[in-house]
Amino acid sequence: MGYMYIDDMKVEFENEKNILEVTRRIGIELPTLCYYSELSTYGACRMCMVENEKGGFEAACSTLPRDGMRIKTNTPALIKHRRMILELLLAAHCRDCTTCDKSGACRLQELALRYGVKRVRFADHREEKPLDTSSKSIVRDPNKCILCGDCVRVCREKQGMGILDFAYRGSKMRVMPAFDRKLAETDCVNCGQCAAVCPTGAITVKDETDEMWKYLNDPKKMVVVQVAPAVRVALGEQFGLPEGANVMGKIVKALKMMGVDKVFDTVVSADMTVVEEAGEFLERVATGGPFPMFTSCCPAWIKYAETKHPEFINKNISSCKSPLQMFGAVIDELYGNDPERELISVAVMPCTAKKYEVSRSEFTKADGKRIVELSLTTQELANMIKNAGIDFANLEEEFLDAPFDMGGSGAGVIFGVTGGVAEAVIRECAKDKTNAYVKEMRDVGVRGKESMKEAVINVDGRDIHIAVVHGLKAAEDLIQKMERGEAYYDIVEVMACPEGCIGGAGQPFALNPRRDKRAKALYRTDNDMSMKFSSKHPETIYAFDEIVKGRNHEMLHVHYNKNEK
Amino acid sequence: MLTSRQELAAFRADCKAALSAQKIRILVCAGTGCVAGGSLDVYQRLIDLCNENKLSVSVELEEHVDHDSIGIKKSGCHGFCEMGPLVKIEPMGWLYLKVKTGDCEEIVEKTVMHGEPVERLFYTQSGRTYEKQFDIPFYERQTRVVLGQCGQIDADSIREYIAEGGYTALEKALFDMTGEQICSDIEESGLRGRGGGGYPTGRKWGQVRRQKEEVRYIVCNGDEGDPGAFMDRSIMEGNPHRMLEGMIIAGVATGAHDGYIYVRAEYPLAVKRLKNAIEQAEACGILGENILGTGFAFRMHINQGAGAFVCGEGSALTASIEGDRGMPRVKPPRTVEAGLFGKPTVLNNVETFANVPLIIENGVRWYRSIGTETSPGTKAFAITGNVKNTGLVEIPMGATLREIIFDIGGGIKNDEEFKAVQIGGPSGGCLTFGKDQLDFTLDFDSLKKVGAMIGSGGLVVMDEHTCMVEVARFFMNFTQNESCGKCVPCREGTKRMREVLEKIVAGNGTMEDVELLEEIAETVSKTALCGLGKTAANPVLSTLKYFRDEYMAHVIDKRCPAGVCSALRTFKIDETKCRGCSLCSKKCPVGAISGELKSPFKIDASNCIKCGACQASCNFGAVICE
Amino acid sequence: MEFDLKKIDAIIDSCGCEAKNLITVLQGVQAELRYLPTEVMEYIAEKMDISVAKVFSVATFYENFSLNAKGQYVIKICDGTACHVRKSIPILTKVREILGLSEDKPTTDDMMFTVETVSCLGACGLAPVMTVNDKVFPSMTPEKAETLINDIKEGKEVC
Repeated sequence: MGYMYIDDMKVEFENEKNILEVTRRIGIELPTLCYYSELSTYGACRMCMVENEKGGFEAACSTLPRDGMRIKTNTPALIKHRRMILELLLAAHCRDCTTCDKSGACRLQELALRYGVKRVRFADHREEKPLDTSSKSIVRDPNKCILCGDCVRVCREKQGMGILDFAYRGSKMRVMPAFDRKLAETDCVNCGQCAAVCPTGAITVKDETDEMWKYLNDPKKMVVVQVAPAVRVALGEQFGLPEGANVMGKIVKALKMMGVDKVFDTVVSADMTVVEEAGEFLERVATGGPFPMFTSCCPAWIKYAETKHPEFINKNISSCKSPLQMFGAVIDELYGNDPERELISVAVMPCTAKKYEVSRSEFTKADGKRIVELSLTTQELANMIKNAGIDFANLEEEFLDAPFDMGGSGAGVIFGVTGGVAEAVIRECAKDKTNAYVKEMRDVGVRGKESMKEAVINVDGRDIHIAVVHGLKAAEDLIQKMERGEAYYDIVEVMACPEGCIGGAGQPFALNPRRDKRAKALYRTDNDMSMKFSSKHPETIYAFDEIVKGRNHEMLHVHYNKNEK
Repeated sequence: MLTSRQELAAFRADCKAALSAQKIRILVCAGTGCVAGGSLDVYQRLIDLCNENKLSVSVELEEHVDHDSIGIKKSGCHGFCEMGPLVKIEPMGWLYLKVKTGDCEEIVEKTVMHGEPVERLFYTQSGRTYEKQFDIPFYERQTRVVLGQCGQIDADSIREYIAEGGYTALEKALFDMTGEQICSDIEESGLRGRGGGGYPTGRKWGQVRRQKEEVRYIVCNGDEGDPGAFMDRSIMEGNPHRMLEGMIIAGVATGAHDGYIYVRAEYPLAVKRLKNAIEQAEACGILGENILGTGFAFRMHINQGAGAFVCGEGSALTASIEGDRGMPRVKPPRTVEAGLFGKPTVLNNVETFANVPLIIENGVRWYRSIGTETSPGTKAFAITGNVKNTGLVEIPMGATLREIIFDIGGGIKNDEEFKAVQIGGPSGGCLTFGKDQLDFTLDFDSLKKVGAMIGSGGLVVMDEHTCMVEVARFFMNFTQNESCGKCVPCREGTKRMREVLEKIVAGNGTMEDVELLEEIAETVSKTALCGLGKTAANPVLSTLKYFRDEYMAHVIDKRCPAGVCSALRTFKIDETKCRGCSLCSKKCPVGAISGELKSPFKIDASNCIKCGACQASCNFGAVICE
Repeated sequence: MEFDLKKIDAIIDSCGCEAKNLITVLQGVQAELRYLPTEVMEYIAEKMDISVAKVFSVATFYENFSLNAKGQYVIKICDGTACHVRKSIPILTKVREILGLSEDKPTTDDMMFTVETVSCLGACGLAPVMTVNDKVFPSMTPEKAETLINDIKEGKEVC
């Protein structure tokens, strides 16, 4: 608490952990390549330096605001040093901006432009290093790495994985997996958060839009697309629409304009997941376990469990397929047998790990064809819309296709946010199907952005202990806690990405408060919907009665194979 | 195991008696320098000879000794490394230099058996012979306080340390003082950290003492990585107990119960001596769970570095002790709040801790009587390079460079012209002083004024045959190799500075390059993350400041005034001196020299690869380098 | 290559399994095997519950760890300031020339010699110095270095 002077403006500060947060609050965006409020402070890029009254320089990201402090944020000396730092960085960086995936969204490029770096006076004698395209989800281009360590920290601090780390030191320092192995040869879970935080094009999400265009322009293919809940509240940001705006109707229209045959909403299969998972849970309650039951929607979590906790696979982890795969099965049932046009089932997801999930052997038919051919990210969809020259912001809304044109219930919508799956499943388990119960459920503590939440709710006379975690580090901490006998839960929801799918690595990158707006938008949608119970929704009933027809186990559940890579 | 003050007093009396019972003591220097010169062979030979002659020898003080015994011990570094191996004879105070195993027989015969000196082994300077160590000009001008016992006592014997008054300060701290008093005494003494910036030690201790967190640590920085500095090594090897005592006192003062000593990997002997000292102190009840029966616990741990200069930086050092990459981290939190394992930590270097027992034992007033008002006490320097006497010197703060280089160091080797002295090493803030700065006084504040730090105390003297641009390149190569790579200015900046310097040294530099060099150096020194990074550009900045004309000569005249940069050298044969012996043409690897016997030879400049073989081979000084 | 994992276990046990002991463990292994084989680093990572990337990261940070097997005699030539101004580079050049080595090829094919430089051995008073398996040789010249290497080859000098 106190007052400081920023560029001669008197500014009050409260609990900001550094000057950079104070300047941000008053609308000055100091340049930085390595600062994320949600990760530990690394302080390596030295771009956010400010000048103090003695003419000294301090890094704003790692300096506490002090009462009476006077700093300047943009003096000639600072500009000179920032320019030099950028020049040094650019000298050691691939400069083929025009052909870079990240062009336009690259922070190094943005800062070079902002500070007018017009020349690089150093000779370029970098050795060209090979790209790592081994991963199903991400591409690593070491030539573009500026060693900010953002990926290293997110992988270690949020996911507890430590797949990427620094190696060597000084000017030989690089970021790489152990022994410079390919990502596919590591335990990487494909969450893509490293790509999300990477300021340059050194780690990017695999781009599969070309395949998609190929399918769309092939008259012999029938392209059916499902769109996940979290996509609709993030895509608009790419087209200047308000943060958190629900643009589902525009997405349908845009997809149709691009030539997609049918568009469905993954909320429908999320409802099916709710029904199946609630059924599974109640059966475990009746037969005595095993508890906790872990949710199974997040492919990064599944892969994590396979390597770190194989004891949970095909046991504690729910046998339900992810909503993507459930819809995949339904779509395949509906359109998969057309002899004229081959079905190409595509998902648009906030997720990079889904690219890996669709390739798993469990979700591939005997003839090798994937049940869902492609999983595109929100970003890829945005790029396709830009490719096609569609004026997205001014697009009219269009309805989804029959037989699922209503787009599911509120319970399915909240799958996109942390706590949503657990809330929806418990909502389904309870016999009390009134709005009052929904409200009660809302306030027990499953909602909110904390990485680890717990709640107890009474369901028909039995106290159900719920835990909700996002980030695999938080998941591991929780598992350890349970192993030590310090905690007991009946049901645990795990999502790998920050605040669940809304913070997925396939989304336009967002920290808070932007992520919160997405969460609020999903909860608002649930609130506004008259149908809040998955099993009561006519589309759910239709799907089970007319399509699944009792083949629940075969169509909607999965047994994970060993040694899936 | 000593369990009370009284027991310590009795033990001390016993140790003293045993020590004084020895008629003759032979101290063979076993510092790294002398060991390299073969001092351990000398030591063994002396023992063997005494045994052969049936002289009663006590190799170690622990054995009960009768009155005729001779003690032969391995002492720590005397500091006069150039003259090693050194052998000192007590109580006469004679110092024998460059002793070989072949000299041992004469030493035993004359000195041990008849009490006569072996005069040819004494030090001579300007025709004068010096028999006693402290008469030698190298030592005479020094004030040996911290290094006082180095070389004088057996570094492997706690009994000898105790006999000489060791652990008196700890006794006083444990029984007569409160932690608060210790902190305030150290603060009043004006002791400032010897490792670099000179932060007041007592203030640091007080800050740790006042932390809420109960678990605190004492860390000793023995990662003396500056090339050209070896004071800390000499203390760890020569008087390990002094440093341990300082650390334990710091523990008493701050309420810490664990001490970590981080020793660089290149100092295996220091590790051995420290381990031995710790074991002895534990056996005596001076370290452990219940020190001298007071209930105070202090445990000592040793961590060996794995080869990274940057670990001399505090936060990198603690990261390394924690098993991680030694990369400095941003502050806050400061080390005193959250250092090792995230706990409040006192981090001082070896020399600082070694000062502590002296202050506690002799008092604040005594300490302040040495040195200057703002920098009391002494400072140890390692003087090396092109100087006659290399080795360790300890002088009061405030002495001038001239005193150190000319009075103690004996001037420039081979009576060449003095050119520069590089002080503080790359970490301390390397400043290159020219001739005009010789009367510069060395203390924390005067150095700060010229933008440097006392650093760890390495002084490398350079003569006129040293090219300052090449020296800057050398340092940039060093910092570049040792940069941890974390922050952009240090990682990329040092690399580019080295590149530019290489270009200049190779004769391809331009004025723009000099400007670019200055620009990078400025950004690096202002924006780098840690202290080491901030000072990384100092060699460039200081040589540009004091030796700008040399840069100009390289880039404009394409000439290296010192004749060092091979690309800029031209060799010529002075016709008036050449006797036509043809030796140079035989040595020339590329056949660029031709001529008729007995008439002057010529060098074909277009073929010459500037290797200098001709110059080295010429017996008449006829080959000149321009 | 097969390694005696029991020896590795013993090293880990003597240091303690906590992550803070990683460097000490790696030092122990390096002392035992003279380098850090990939398989052993993976084993250490698993046993100490540290990510493999971290073990690799720490191992590649410090100069003293070697990921490649070193020769029987490790020659270190000091290029600290004092040694540098007393001309240590010609010694390095000579030694590399004799053994046919370079910066990129530090070890002879017969695994007899490895040549490295070191920043400072702290024996500045004896500059220039070199060490062979930690034995210090003071006041070196290129000629003395050549003699020393020949002596080692002929078994006259044991280090």
